[in-house]
Amino acid sequence: MSAEVPLSYYLILGALLFIIGAVGVLTRRHALVILMSIELMLNAVNITLVAFSRMQGNLTGQVFSLFIIAVAAAEAAVGLAIVIVLFNSRETLNIDEINLMKW
Amino acid sequence: MNFVLPEIDLGAIAPQLWLTATAILVLMVQAFVPLVTSRSLALLSIIGSLLSLVATLGLWGQEAVLFSGMIALDTFSLFFNVVFLLGAILTVLISVEYLEREQIAHGEYFALVLFATVGMMIMAAGVDLIAIFIGLEILSLSLYVLAGFMRQVLRSNESAMKYFLLGAFATGFFLYGIALLYGATGSTNLDRIFLIAGERGGWGNVLVMGGMGLLLVGFGFKVASVPFHMWTPDVYEGAPTPISAFMSTAAKAGAFAAFVRVFLYSLPGLAASWAPLLAGMAVLSMVVGTLLALVQRRNIKRLLAYSSIVHVGYLLLGLLSGGTEGGASVLFYLLAYTFMQVGAFAVVVYLGGQGEDDLSLARFSGVAVRHPVAALAFSLFLLSLAGIPPTAGFVGKFYIFSAAIQAGHIGLAVVGVLTSVVSLYYYLGVIVFMYMRDPVDLPERRPSAALVTALALAVAGTVEMGLFPGSLLDLAQQSVASLLGS
Repeated sequence: MSAEVPLSYYLILGALLFIIGAVGVLTRRHALVILMSIELMLNAVNITLVAFSRMQGNLTGQVFSLFIIAVAAAEAAVGLAIVIVLFNSRETLNIDEINLMKW
Repeated sequence: MNFVLPEIDLGAIAPQLWLTATAILVLMVQAFVPLVTSRSLALLSIIGSLLSLVATLGLWGQEAVLFSGMIALDTFSLFFNVVFLLGAILTVLISVEYLEREQIAHGEYFALVLFATVGMMIMAAGVDLIAIFIGLEILSLSLYVLAGFMRQVLRSNESAMKYFLLGAFATGFFLYGIALLYGATGSTNLDRIFLIAGERGGWGNVLVMGGMGLLLVGFGFKVASVPFHMWTPDVYEGAPTPISAFMSTAAKAGAFAAFVRVFLYSLPGLAASWAPLLAGMAVLSMVVGTLLALVQRRNIKRLLAYSSIVHVGYLLLGLLSGGTEGGASVLFYLLAYTFMQVGAFAVVVYLGGQGEDDLSLARFSGVAVRHPVAALAFSLFLLSLAGIPPTAGFVGKFYIFSAAIQAGHIGLAVVGVLTSVVSLYYYLGVIVFMYMRDPVDLPERRPSAALVTALALAVAGTVEMGLFPGSLLDLAQQSVASLLGS
């Protein structure tokens, strides 16, 4: 027999993952790594939603997280397409070098 | 386990269905009919939009909540449908010539514009955060692709990349906010959140406050208000010009529709907490947008992007004022803004020339000599954006500022009036270039019939809403009243 993991653990995990993702988006310079950080943020939301769903005793949160997974897949498809087009024309994915437009 | 099939009433979402069907039809025709021209696809898109408009008007006056409390049918969402469809039709009209000139005339373009419009409609009609999220994503994903539609053009690629990364980042905040609100209230339904959010204290309240703040960040990104505006000028500059027009009018209206519904309808009990934040965003948008627009000489699209940030400030001021008056002023202004902003971009499309290498103000030198009608129309739109009577922009600003004063936000209204006085400087700057400088060589071209139609529609709308605003303002007030139940 093992003791049940308390709800707060899941929420803290979700919050930490979300923060790691957000910090990753702000500090990393490679477009693909930023994309991965955004995925991390979305999955942090999923964990939080499922934990709350368990706490509230209804399924809305779990249904919502399924929607988020589906949308994240679509977003990844579009995002990677944009990355490929950009790489073909610029030969770089460093967002500091993607700076044709300023002021 | 009991499984209850939700009640399905397809008639209530007929506007969305017409558009979806048309978009799929456009894709199919493009794929299977050889040698179909982009003009006929544009015509098909406009016919679909008009059918959707007819369906919208046919539903007018009905009130219902459908699909297990996901989608609301009310005058509020129908009013916004009209704004979106108008934006979409004008965008398609100004796109025809642009697509042929830039050699990107593919049918997917029109299908994506229609899909984005469907997303906006779902956002405006959603009464559950799930529906609002899905609508937002349909809108955003279509716009990411449209922003990068000119695949061979570096600026367009860069615009799509920036828009995608920041948009997806904002979506993350938006979703985490929803998750926290769900944790506090146990529901994603706006009615339930309204009931529970106001009365929770302690731990629950931390969740509600955090959720509300994160939603504010998400919406702030989507409507491009300061301090979440960094992407706007770059994206508007790099995207195809008609898409810049579409993003700054219809897409912004979609985000505002959900913004108004969530904050005025679902979270009014927390107004004491969000009002100061919103006031800060409004003031910053008006002031920072104005300052940045003042120094922008290099690119007219960037100038219009900065000016759109200022206009978001005004709209936030209307939202902040709240109640029927404030909400109605937002709706009215969004409609007026659609006419004048798309009109201004239509002139940019006309005068741009292939590749749009040079869109500096100097390019507009002496336009009045060679293209007197275009110069006159452009002047009208710019004066309307500045808020000079008797144009739609003046009436819209007048309603927003008077709603703000009634709600007691006198200091904010003063900031608004001051920034619109200063904004005259940069709008008039363009007009001075057009009328008082020696003409430069612009390629002699005849505008297409579609572009002329779009310009005529935009001029008519701008003047009509400026001279006879009464009936439309009544409509806007009814729409907000149907939402707030007062």
